[in-house]
Amino acid sequence: MERIQPQRIDGLAAPYFAGCREGELRLQHCPSCGHWQFYPRPFCTACGAEAPAWEAASGQGTVASFSVVRRGLSPAYEAPYTVALVDLAEGPRMMSVIIGCEPEAVTVGAPVTVCFEQWSEDLSLPVFRLDETGGVK
Amino acid sequence: MTLRAATALVGAYDTAVGVVPGVTPTELCAEAIRGAVADAGLALGDVDGLITCNAMAQPILYHAEAMAEYLQLFPKLCLSLATGGGTTVTALAHAAAAIQAGEVDTVVLAMADSLRSGLTRDQAMRMQSSTGHPDFEQPYGPTVPAYYALIAQAHMARYGTRPEHFARVAVDTRAHAARNETAQKRDPITVEDVLASRPIADPLRLLDCSLVSDGGSAVVLTRADRARDLARPPVYCLGFGEGHSHEHISQAHDLTASAARESGAAAFAMAGLGPTDLAFAQLYDCFTPTVLVELEDLGFCAKGEGGTYLASEGMGPGARLPVNTHGGMLSHCHPGNPGAMFALTEAVRQLRGDCGERQVAGAEAGLVHAQGGIMSSHATLVLGREV
Repeated sequence: MERIQPQRIDGLAAPYFAGCREGELRLQHCPSCGHWQFYPRPFCTACGAEAPAWEAASGQGTVASFSVVRRGLSPAYEAPYTVALVDLAEGPRMMSVIIGCEPEAVTVGAPVTVCFEQWSEDLSLPVFRLDETGGVK
Repeated sequence: MTLRAATALVGAYDTAVGVVPGVTPTELCAEAIRGAVADAGLALGDVDGLITCNAMAQPILYHAEAMAEYLQLFPKLCLSLATGGGTTVTALAHAAAAIQAGEVDTVVLAMADSLRSGLTRDQAMRMQSSTGHPDFEQPYGPTVPAYYALIAQAHMARYGTRPEHFARVAVDTRAHAARNETAQKRDPITVEDVLASRPIADPLRLLDCSLVSDGGSAVVLTRADRARDLARPPVYCLGFGEGHSHEHISQAHDLTASAARESGAAAFAMAGLGPTDLAFAQLYDCFTPTVLVELEDLGFCAKGEGGTYLASEGMGPGARLPVNTHGGMLSHCHPGNPGAMFALTEAVRQLRGDCGERQVAGAEAGLVHAQGGIMSSHATLVLGREV
Protein backbone atom coordinates (compact mmCIF):
# COMPACT_ATOMS: atom_id res chain seq x y z
CA MET A 1 0.00 0.00 0.00
CA GLU A 2 1.40 3.35 -1.07
CA ARG A 3 1.68 6.36 1.18
CA ILE A 4 -0.32 9.50 0.31
CA GLN A 5 1.15 11.33 -2.69
CA PRO A 6 0.96 15.10 -3.06
CA GLN A 7 -2.05 15.96 -5.23
CA ARG A 8 -0.25 18.43 -7.48
CA ILE A 9 3.48 18.35 -8.22
CA ASP A 10 3.44 20.30 -11.49
CA GLY A 11 2.64 23.94 -12.14
CA LEU A 12 3.56 26.45 -9.44
CA ALA A 13 5.20 23.88 -7.15
CA ALA A 14 7.21 22.12 -9.90
CA PRO A 15 10.56 23.72 -8.86
CA TYR A 16 10.01 22.48 -5.29
CA PHE A 17 9.43 18.88 -6.31
CA ALA A 18 12.21 19.03 -8.93
CA GLY A 19 14.53 20.18 -6.11
CA CYS A 20 13.42 17.23 -3.98
CA ARG A 21 14.36 14.85 -6.83
CA GLU A 22 17.77 16.54 -7.03
CA GLY A 23 18.37 16.49 -3.27
CA GLU A 24 17.90 20.23 -2.73
CA LEU A 25 15.28 21.97 -0.59
CA ARG A 26 14.01 24.97 -2.56
CA LEU A 27 11.89 27.79 -1.20
CA GLN A 28 10.41 30.93 -2.72
CA HIS A 29 12.45 34.06 -1.97
CA CYS A 30 11.04 37.46 -2.84
CA PRO A 31 13.53 39.62 -4.81
CA SER A 32 11.66 42.78 -3.78
CA CYS A 33 11.52 42.43 0.01
CA GLY A 34 13.67 39.40 0.84
CA HIS A 35 10.81 37.38 2.39
CA TRP A 36 11.14 33.58 2.26
CA GLN A 37 7.88 31.68 2.00
CA PHE A 38 6.48 28.17 2.08
CA TYR A 39 4.15 26.76 0.73
CA PRO A 40 4.43 28.24 -2.78
CA ARG A 41 2.16 30.97 -4.10
CA PRO A 42 2.34 33.09 -7.27
CA PHE A 43 2.89 36.22 -5.12
CA CYS A 44 4.83 37.25 -2.03
CA THR A 45 2.63 37.13 1.09
CA ALA A 46 4.74 39.86 2.74
CA CYS A 47 4.88 42.59 0.07
CA GLY A 48 2.55 41.36 -2.66
CA ALA A 49 5.19 41.30 -5.40
CA GLU A 50 4.53 38.87 -8.27
CA ALA A 51 6.44 35.68 -8.98
CA PRO A 52 8.88 35.18 -6.11
CA ALA A 53 12.13 33.46 -7.19
CA TRP A 54 13.04 29.90 -6.24
CA GLU A 55 16.28 29.49 -4.30
CA ALA A 56 18.05 26.69 -2.49
CA ALA A 57 17.50 26.77 1.27
CA SER A 58 20.17 25.76 3.78
CA GLY A 59 18.24 22.65 4.74
CA GLN A 60 18.83 23.50 8.40
CA GLY A 61 16.10 24.02 10.96
CA THR A 62 14.86 23.38 14.46
CA VAL A 63 11.93 21.34 15.75
CA ALA A 64 9.04 23.71 16.58
CA SER A 65 6.92 20.78 17.77
CA PHE A 66 6.46 17.07 17.16
CA SER A 67 4.27 14.10 17.93
CA VAL A 68 5.14 10.44 17.92
CA VAL A 69 2.17 8.88 16.15
CA ARG A 70 1.39 5.60 17.90
CA ARG A 71 -1.72 4.76 15.86
CA GLY A 72 -0.82 5.17 12.19
CA LEU A 73 -3.01 6.87 9.63
CA SER A 74 -3.34 3.68 7.56
CA PRO A 75 -1.44 0.43 6.96
CA ALA A 76 0.90 2.42 4.67
CA TYR A 77 2.09 4.37 7.70
CA GLU A 78 3.73 2.01 10.16
CA ALA A 79 3.64 3.38 13.73
CA PRO A 80 5.51 4.71 15.55
CA TYR A 81 6.60 7.61 13.36
CA THR A 82 7.42 11.18 14.35
CA VAL A 83 5.48 13.98 12.66
CA ALA A 84 7.14 17.35 13.23
CA LEU A 85 6.86 21.04 12.46
CA VAL A 86 10.28 22.33 11.47
CA ASP A 87 11.26 25.99 11.61
CA LEU A 88 13.62 26.40 8.68
CA ALA A 89 16.67 28.64 9.14
CA GLU A 90 15.30 30.97 6.43
CA GLY A 91 12.07 31.54 8.42
CA PRO A 92 9.23 29.43 7.02
CA ARG A 93 7.79 26.51 8.97
CA MET A 94 6.97 23.19 7.31
CA MET A 95 5.51 19.84 8.31
CA SER A 96 7.68 16.78 7.87
CA VAL A 97 8.83 13.67 9.72
CA ILE A 98 11.96 13.08 11.80
CA ILE A 99 13.72 9.89 10.75
CA GLY A 100 16.78 7.93 11.76
CA CYS A 101 16.44 8.10 15.54
CA GLU A 102 14.47 6.71 18.45
CA PRO A 103 11.23 8.73 18.77
CA GLU A 104 12.18 9.57 22.38
CA ALA A 105 15.31 11.40 21.17
CA VAL A 106 13.30 14.22 19.55
CA THR A 107 12.76 17.41 21.58
CA VAL A 108 11.26 20.82 20.85
CA GLY A 109 14.10 23.11 19.77
CA ALA A 110 16.35 20.28 18.54
CA PRO A 111 18.39 21.21 15.45
CA VAL A 112 17.66 19.16 12.34
CA THR A 113 18.92 18.87 8.77
CA VAL A 114 16.94 17.95 5.68
CA CYS A 115 17.39 14.76 3.69
CA PHE A 116 15.21 13.24 1.01
CA GLU A 117 13.16 10.08 1.04
CA GLN A 118 11.79 8.24 -2.00
CA TRP A 119 7.97 8.53 -1.77
CA SER A 120 7.10 6.83 -5.06
CA GLU A 121 8.90 5.85 -8.25
CA ASP A 122 9.55 9.41 -9.41
CA LEU A 123 8.94 11.47 -6.29
CA SER A 124 11.03 12.28 -3.22
CA LEU A 125 9.96 14.37 -0.24
CA PRO A 126 12.01 16.25 2.34
CA VAL A 127 12.35 14.60 5.75
CA PHE A 128 14.65 15.57 8.59
CA ARG A 129 17.31 14.02 10.82
CA LEU A 130 18.47 15.24 14.21
CA ASP A 131 21.87 16.95 13.98
CA GLU A 132 24.48 14.68 15.55
CA THR A 133 26.68 17.64 16.39
CA GLY A 134 24.21 18.67 19.06
CA GLY A 135 23.14 21.79 17.30
CA VAL A 136 26.29 23.67 16.26
CA LYS A 137 25.59 25.36 12.95
CA MET B 1 -25.93 48.91 15.48
CA THR B 2 -24.96 46.13 17.87
CA LEU B 3 -26.14 42.55 17.78
CA ARG B 4 -26.22 42.60 21.58
CA ALA B 5 -29.54 41.06 22.74
CA ALA B 6 -31.07 41.59 19.28
CA THR B 7 -31.92 37.89 19.13
CA ALA B 8 -32.73 35.02 21.46
CA LEU B 9 -32.62 31.24 21.33
CA VAL B 10 -36.18 30.02 21.82
CA GLY B 11 -36.03 26.36 20.85
CA ALA B 12 -33.49 23.57 21.34
CA TYR B 13 -33.55 19.86 20.61
CA ASP B 14 -31.05 16.97 20.59
CA THR B 15 -31.71 13.59 18.99
CA ALA B 16 -30.50 10.42 20.66
CA VAL B 17 -26.69 10.46 20.50
CA GLY B 18 -23.86 7.96 20.66
CA VAL B 19 -24.50 4.83 18.64
CA VAL B 20 -27.69 5.43 16.66
CA PRO B 21 -27.72 2.86 13.85
CA GLY B 22 -30.31 2.52 11.10
CA VAL B 23 -31.04 6.24 10.86
CA THR B 24 -29.52 8.52 8.22
CA PRO B 25 -28.03 11.94 8.98
CA THR B 26 -30.91 13.44 6.95
CA GLU B 27 -33.43 11.74 9.22
CA LEU B 28 -31.55 12.87 12.34
CA CYS B 29 -31.37 16.42 10.99
CA ALA B 30 -35.11 16.48 10.20
CA GLU B 31 -35.93 15.15 13.67
CA ALA B 32 -33.77 17.84 15.25
CA ILE B 33 -35.39 20.65 13.21
CA ARG B 34 -38.93 19.47 13.99
CA GLY B 35 -38.03 18.99 17.63
CA ALA B 36 -36.49 22.44 18.08
CA VAL B 37 -39.42 24.17 16.35
CA ALA B 38 -41.91 22.29 18.56
CA ASP B 39 -39.85 23.16 21.68
CA ALA B 40 -40.21 26.84 20.76
CA GLY B 41 -43.98 26.43 20.45
CA LEU B 42 -43.77 27.36 16.77
CA ALA B 43 -44.88 25.67 13.56
CA LEU B 44 -42.54 24.82 10.67
CA GLY B 45 -44.30 27.50 8.62
CA ASP B 46 -43.00 30.14 11.06
CA VAL B 47 -39.42 29.37 10.05
CA ASP B 48 -38.12 31.68 7.32
CA GLY B 49 -34.42 30.86 7.60
CA LEU B 50 -32.59 27.53 7.59
CA ILE B 51 -28.86 27.01 8.09
CA THR B 52 -27.33 23.53 8.03
CA CYS B 53 -23.93 21.89 7.66
CA ASN B 54 -23.19 18.98 5.36
CA ALA B 55 -22.88 15.44 6.76
CA MET B 56 -19.74 13.38 6.17
CA ALA B 57 -21.68 10.11 6.28
CA GLN B 58 -24.23 11.34 3.71
CA PRO B 59 -22.81 14.26 1.73
CA ILE B 60 -25.41 16.26 -0.18
CA LEU B 61 -24.28 18.95 -2.63
CA TYR B 62 -26.87 21.54 -1.63
CA HIS B 63 -27.53 20.39 1.89
CA ALA B 64 -29.75 23.14 3.33
CA GLU B 65 -31.90 23.21 0.19
CA ALA B 66 -32.30 19.43 0.38
CA MET B 67 -33.30 19.62 4.05
CA ALA B 68 -35.81 22.39 3.33
CA GLU B 69 -37.35 20.29 0.58
CA TYR B 70 -37.39 17.21 2.83
CA LEU B 71 -39.42 19.15 5.41
CA GLN B 72 -41.39 21.12 2.81
CA LEU B 73 -39.99 24.34 4.22
CA PHE B 74 -39.80 27.37 1.90
CA PRO B 75 -37.41 29.77 3.63
CA LYS B 76 -36.17 33.19 2.53
CA LEU B 77 -32.64 32.35 3.73
CA CYS B 78 -31.23 28.88 3.09
CA LEU B 79 -27.51 28.24 3.62
CA SER B 80 -25.17 25.31 4.06
CA LEU B 81 -22.16 26.52 6.03
CA ALA B 82 -18.94 24.72 6.81
CA THR B 83 -16.32 26.16 9.09
CA GLY B 84 -15.73 22.78 10.69
CA GLY B 85 -16.46 22.52 14.38
CA GLY B 86 -16.80 26.29 14.59
CA THR B 87 -19.83 26.28 12.28
CA THR B 88 -22.30 26.23 15.18
CA VAL B 89 -21.41 29.63 16.58
CA THR B 90 -20.31 31.22 13.28
CA ALA B 91 -23.63 30.32 11.66
CA LEU B 92 -25.58 31.67 14.60
CA ALA B 93 -23.78 35.02 14.40
CA HIS B 94 -24.69 35.38 10.73
CA ALA B 95 -28.26 34.30 11.43
CA ALA B 96 -28.51 36.96 14.14
CA ALA B 97 -27.19 39.59 11.73
CA ALA B 98 -29.75 38.55 9.09
CA ILE B 99 -32.54 38.78 11.69
CA GLN B 100 -31.40 42.18 12.87
CA ALA B 101 -31.18 43.42 9.27
CA GLY B 102 -34.83 42.45 8.85
CA GLU B 103 -34.07 39.84 6.20
CA VAL B 104 -35.71 37.08 8.24
CA ASP B 105 -37.52 36.64 11.58
CA THR B 106 -36.85 33.08 12.68
CA VAL B 107 -33.87 30.93 11.75
CA VAL B 108 -33.31 27.26 12.50
CA LEU B 109 -29.72 26.08 12.75
CA ALA B 110 -29.48 22.30 12.45
CA MET B 111 -26.63 19.83 12.13
CA ALA B 112 -26.45 16.03 12.23
CA ASP B 113 -24.06 13.27 11.22
CA SER B 114 -23.43 9.56 11.67
CA LEU B 115 -19.67 9.23 12.00
CA ARG B 116 -20.07 6.14 14.17
CA SER B 117 -22.66 4.10 12.28
CA GLY B 118 -22.48 5.63 8.80
CA LEU B 119 -18.72 5.33 8.23
CA THR B 120 -16.09 2.72 9.00
CA ARG B 121 -13.48 3.78 11.55
CA ASP B 122 -10.91 4.05 8.75
CA GLN B 123 -13.25 6.14 6.60
CA ALA B 124 -13.95 8.50 9.51
CA MET B 125 -10.22 8.81 10.26
CA ARG B 126 -9.27 9.46 6.63
CA MET B 127 -12.06 11.95 6.08
CA GLN B 128 -11.10 13.95 9.14
CA SER B 129 -7.35 13.91 8.49
CA SER B 130 -8.01 15.26 4.97
CA THR B 131 -8.13 18.65 6.67
CA GLY B 132 -4.32 18.63 6.25
CA HIS B 133 -2.68 20.35 3.28
CA PRO B 134 -2.96 17.86 0.39
CA ASP B 135 0.54 18.54 -0.98
CA PHE B 136 2.63 19.60 2.01
CA GLU B 137 1.09 17.92 5.10
CA GLN B 138 -1.03 14.85 4.31
CA PRO B 139 1.77 12.80 2.65
CA TYR B 140 3.62 12.68 6.00
CA GLY B 141 0.74 10.77 7.60
CA PRO B 142 -0.43 13.12 10.35
CA THR B 143 -3.64 11.97 12.04
CA VAL B 144 -6.12 14.41 13.57
CA PRO B 145 -4.89 13.57 17.11
CA ALA B 146 -1.34 14.24 15.87
CA TYR B 147 -2.28 17.73 14.64
CA TYR B 148 -3.55 18.61 18.13
CA ALA B 149 -0.63 16.80 19.76
CA LEU B 150 1.68 19.30 18.01
CA ILE B 151 -0.13 22.06 19.90
CA ALA B 152 0.03 20.11 23.18
CA GLN B 153 3.75 19.36 22.83
CA ALA B 154 4.55 23.00 22.06
CA HIS B 155 2.55 24.11 25.11
CA MET B 156 4.40 21.60 27.30
CA ALA B 157 7.78 22.80 26.03
CA ARG B 158 6.97 26.48 26.42
CA TYR B 159 5.02 26.51 29.69
CA GLY B 160 5.86 23.28 31.50
CA THR B 161 2.35 21.89 31.06
CA ARG B 162 2.14 18.18 31.83
CA PRO B 163 0.05 15.27 30.50
CA GLU B 164 -1.79 15.06 33.85
CA HIS B 165 -3.02 18.63 33.30
CA PHE B 166 -4.61 17.57 30.01
CA ALA B 167 -5.93 14.44 31.71
CA ARG B 168 -7.79 16.57 34.25
CA VAL B 169 -9.95 17.90 31.41
CA ALA B 170 -11.05 14.36 30.52
CA VAL B 171 -11.68 13.40 34.16
CA ASP B 172 -13.79 16.45 35.03
CA THR B 173 -15.71 16.25 31.77
CA ARG B 174 -16.60 12.64 32.57
CA ALA B 175 -17.82 13.70 36.02
CA HIS B 176 -20.29 16.03 34.28
CA ALA B 177 -21.35 13.27 31.88
CA ALA B 178 -22.05 10.96 34.83
CA ARG B 179 -24.90 13.37 35.68
CA ASN B 180 -26.31 13.40 32.15
CA GLU B 181 -28.28 10.32 31.20
CA THR B 182 -28.02 11.12 27.48
CA ALA B 183 -24.20 11.00 27.49
CA GLN B 184 -22.40 8.29 25.52
CA LYS B 185 -19.76 7.63 28.24
CA ARG B 186 -20.74 7.98 31.92
CA ASP B 187 -18.42 5.74 33.98
CA PRO B 188 -16.12 7.87 36.15
CA ILE B 189 -12.42 7.93 35.23
CA THR B 190 -9.28 9.09 37.05
CA VAL B 191 -6.16 10.90 35.92
CA GLU B 192 -4.37 7.56 36.26
CA ASP B 193 -6.91 5.96 33.91
CA VAL B 194 -6.22 8.63 31.29
CA LEU B 195 -2.45 8.31 31.61
CA ALA B 196 -2.72 4.50 31.36
CA SER B 197 -4.99 4.52 28.30
CA ARG B 198 -3.65 3.54 24.88
CA PRO B 199 -1.13 6.00 23.38
CA ILE B 200 -2.50 7.57 20.18
CA ALA B 201 -0.18 10.47 19.27
CA ASP B 202 2.22 11.60 22.02
CA PRO B 203 1.36 13.15 24.41
CA LEU B 204 -2.28 12.29 23.68
CA ARG B 205 -3.81 9.03 24.80
CA LEU B 206 -7.15 7.47 24.00
CA LEU B 207 -9.00 9.22 26.85
CA ASP B 208 -7.59 12.60 25.72
CA CYS B 209 -9.51 12.15 22.46
CA SER B 210 -13.18 12.90 21.86
CA LEU B 211 -15.71 10.23 20.91
CA VAL B 212 -16.87 9.14 17.48
CA SER B 213 -20.65 9.39 17.51
CA ASP B 214 -23.97 9.70 15.72
CA GLY B 215 -26.39 12.47 16.56
CA GLY B 216 -28.16 15.63 15.54
CA SER B 217 -29.21 18.86 17.16
CA ALA B 218 -31.03 22.09 16.28
CA VAL B 219 -31.83 25.47 17.77
CA VAL B 220 -34.33 28.18 16.87
CA LEU B 221 -33.21 31.82 16.85
CA THR B 222 -35.63 34.72 16.60
CA ARG B 223 -36.00 38.47 17.28
CA ALA B 224 -35.69 39.28 20.98
CA ASP B 225 -39.03 41.14 21.04
CA ARG B 226 -40.77 38.13 19.51
CA ALA B 227 -38.98 35.69 21.85
CA ARG B 228 -40.77 37.00 24.93
CA ASP B 229 -44.14 35.73 23.69
CA LEU B 230 -43.03 32.19 22.94
CA ALA B 231 -43.35 28.93 24.86
CA ARG B 232 -40.01 28.86 26.68
CA PRO B 233 -37.97 31.47 28.58
CA PRO B 234 -35.79 33.23 25.98
CA VAL B 235 -32.01 32.88 26.15
CA TYR B 236 -30.53 36.09 24.77
CA CYS B 237 -27.48 36.24 22.51
CA LEU B 238 -25.51 38.97 24.26
CA GLY B 239 -22.17 38.83 22.47
CA PHE B 240 -20.66 37.25 19.35
CA GLY B 241 -17.03 37.21 18.25
CA GLU B 242 -14.93 35.45 15.63
CA GLY B 243 -11.23 35.02 14.96
CA HIS B 244 -9.43 33.21 12.14
CA SER B 245 -5.66 32.66 12.17
CA HIS B 246 -4.82 29.89 9.65
CA GLU B 247 -6.18 26.70 8.17
CA HIS B 248 -3.21 24.30 8.22
CA ILE B 249 -1.38 23.83 11.51
CA SER B 250 2.01 24.19 9.80
CA GLN B 251 0.97 27.75 8.89
CA ALA B 252 -0.15 28.81 12.38
CA HIS B 253 1.86 31.84 13.49
CA ASP B 254 1.61 30.75 17.12
CA LEU B 255 1.18 27.11 18.17
CA THR B 256 0.34 27.81 21.80
CA ALA B 257 -2.10 30.74 21.46
CA SER B 258 -5.19 30.85 19.27
CA ALA B 259 -7.65 33.24 17.67
CA ALA B 260 -9.91 32.48 20.64
CA ARG B 261 -8.23 35.59 22.06
CA GLU B 262 -9.83 37.74 19.35
CA SER B 263 -13.19 35.92 19.29
CA GLY B 264 -13.50 35.93 23.08
CA ALA B 265 -12.51 39.57 23.47
CA ALA B 266 -15.05 40.61 20.82
CA ALA B 267 -17.86 38.54 22.36
CA PHE B 268 -17.18 39.85 25.89
CA ALA B 269 -16.98 43.43 24.64
CA MET B 270 -20.33 43.16 22.85
CA ALA B 271 -21.96 41.52 25.87
CA GLY B 272 -20.51 43.98 28.36
CA LEU B 273 -19.50 40.99 30.49
CA GLY B 274 -16.21 39.34 31.40
CA PRO B 275 -14.98 35.86 32.30
CA THR B 276 -15.86 36.26 35.99
CA ASP B 277 -19.51 37.06 35.18
CA LEU B 278 -20.26 33.59 33.80
CA ALA B 279 -21.80 30.61 35.58
CA PHE B 280 -20.40 28.09 33.08
CA ALA B 281 -18.48 27.76 29.84
CA GLN B 282 -19.03 25.17 27.12
CA LEU B 283 -15.65 24.91 25.36
CA TYR B 284 -14.59 22.97 22.28
CA ASP B 285 -13.05 19.73 23.49
CA CYS B 286 -12.14 17.64 20.46
CA PHE B 287 -8.96 16.86 22.43
CA THR B 288 -8.08 17.76 26.02
CA PRO B 289 -5.35 20.35 25.20
CA THR B 290 -7.90 22.38 23.22
CA VAL B 291 -9.81 23.13 26.41
CA LEU B 292 -6.65 24.14 28.27
CA VAL B 293 -5.63 26.60 25.54
CA GLU B 294 -9.18 28.01 25.30
CA LEU B 295 -9.33 28.58 29.08
CA GLU B 296 -6.22 30.72 28.68
CA ASP B 297 -7.13 32.50 25.47
CA LEU B 298 -10.69 33.34 26.60
CA GLY B 299 -9.25 34.89 29.77
CA PHE B 300 -10.39 32.39 32.40
CA CYS B 301 -6.74 32.14 33.50
CA ALA B 302 -3.46 33.75 32.48
CA LYS B 303 -1.57 32.63 29.37
CA GLY B 304 0.55 29.60 30.13
CA GLU B 305 -1.24 28.87 33.40
CA GLY B 306 -3.92 26.53 32.04
CA GLY B 307 -2.20 23.52 33.59
CA THR B 308 -1.92 24.95 37.09
CA TYR B 309 -5.45 26.40 36.81
CA LEU B 310 -6.87 22.97 35.99
CA ALA B 311 -4.85 21.33 38.77
CA SER B 312 -6.07 23.80 41.41
CA GLU B 313 -9.58 24.82 40.27
CA GLY B 314 -10.66 21.95 38.02
CA MET B 315 -13.69 22.31 35.73
CA GLY B 316 -16.03 19.61 37.00
CA PRO B 317 -19.34 19.85 38.88
CA GLY B 318 -19.03 22.46 41.64
CA ALA B 319 -15.88 24.05 40.19
CA ARG B 320 -15.63 27.85 40.17
CA LEU B 321 -16.23 27.61 36.41
CA PRO B 322 -17.88 24.33 35.39
CA VAL B 323 -16.92 23.52 31.79
CA ASN B 324 -18.93 21.31 29.45
CA THR B 325 -21.72 20.53 31.87
CA HIS B 326 -23.31 18.03 29.46
CA GLY B 327 -20.12 15.98 29.15
CA GLY B 328 -18.67 17.62 26.06
CA MET B 329 -17.40 15.83 23.02
CA LEU B 330 -15.06 13.83 25.24
CA SER B 331 -17.94 12.06 27.02
CA HIS B 332 -21.38 13.17 25.74
CA CYS B 333 -20.97 12.78 21.97
CA HIS B 334 -18.97 13.95 18.96
CA PRO B 335 -20.64 13.39 15.60
CA GLY B 336 -18.06 15.61 13.82
CA ASN B 337 -19.11 19.06 12.68
CA PRO B 338 -22.29 19.05 14.85
CA GLY B 339 -20.19 18.59 18.02
CA ALA B 340 -20.59 22.11 19.39
CA MET B 341 -24.37 22.09 18.77
CA PHE B 342 -24.77 20.03 21.93
CA ALA B 343 -22.75 22.62 23.86
CA LEU B 344 -25.19 25.24 22.58
CA THR B 345 -28.35 23.31 23.46
CA GLU B 346 -26.86 22.54 26.88
CA ALA B 347 -26.20 26.26 27.43
CA VAL B 348 -29.84 26.99 26.56
CA ARG B 349 -31.06 24.33 28.99
CA GLN B 350 -28.74 25.58 31.76
CA LEU B 351 -30.00 29.14 31.34
CA ARG B 352 -33.61 27.92 31.37
CA GLY B 353 -32.85 26.06 34.61
CA ASP B 354 -33.85 22.74 33.02
CA CYS B 355 -30.79 20.64 33.84
CA GLY B 356 -31.97 18.76 36.94
CA GLU B 357 -29.15 17.02 38.77
CA ARG B 358 -26.45 18.83 36.77
CA GLN B 359 -28.04 22.31 36.92
CA VAL B 360 -25.53 25.05 37.72
CA ALA B 361 -27.28 26.94 40.54
CA GLY B 362 -28.36 30.48 39.68
CA ALA B 363 -26.97 30.40 36.14
CA GLU B 364 -27.64 33.85 34.66
CA ALA B 365 -25.01 33.96 31.91
CA GLY B 366 -22.72 31.50 30.17
CA LEU B 367 -20.45 31.07 27.20
CA VAL B 368 -20.19 28.73 24.22
CA HIS B 369 -16.95 28.55 22.26
CA ALA B 370 -16.44 26.55 19.09
CA GLN B 371 -13.44 26.09 16.84
CA GLY B 372 -12.84 24.44 13.52
CA GLY B 373 -9.89 23.21 11.50
CA ILE B 374 -6.81 22.70 13.68
CA MET B 375 -7.40 25.54 16.19
CA SER B 376 -8.04 27.63 13.07
CA SER B 377 -11.52 29.22 13.11
CA HIS B 378 -12.80 30.40 16.47
CA ALA B 379 -16.23 31.69 17.39
CA THR B 380 -17.51 32.72 20.82
CA LEU B 381 -21.05 33.40 22.03
CA VAL B 382 -22.06 34.90 25.38
CA LEU B 383 -25.63 34.04 26.39
CA GLY B 384 -27.82 35.32 29.19
CA ARG B 385 -31.28 35.00 30.78
CA GLU B 386 -31.68 38.77 30.92
CA VAL B 387 -30.99 41.52 28.40
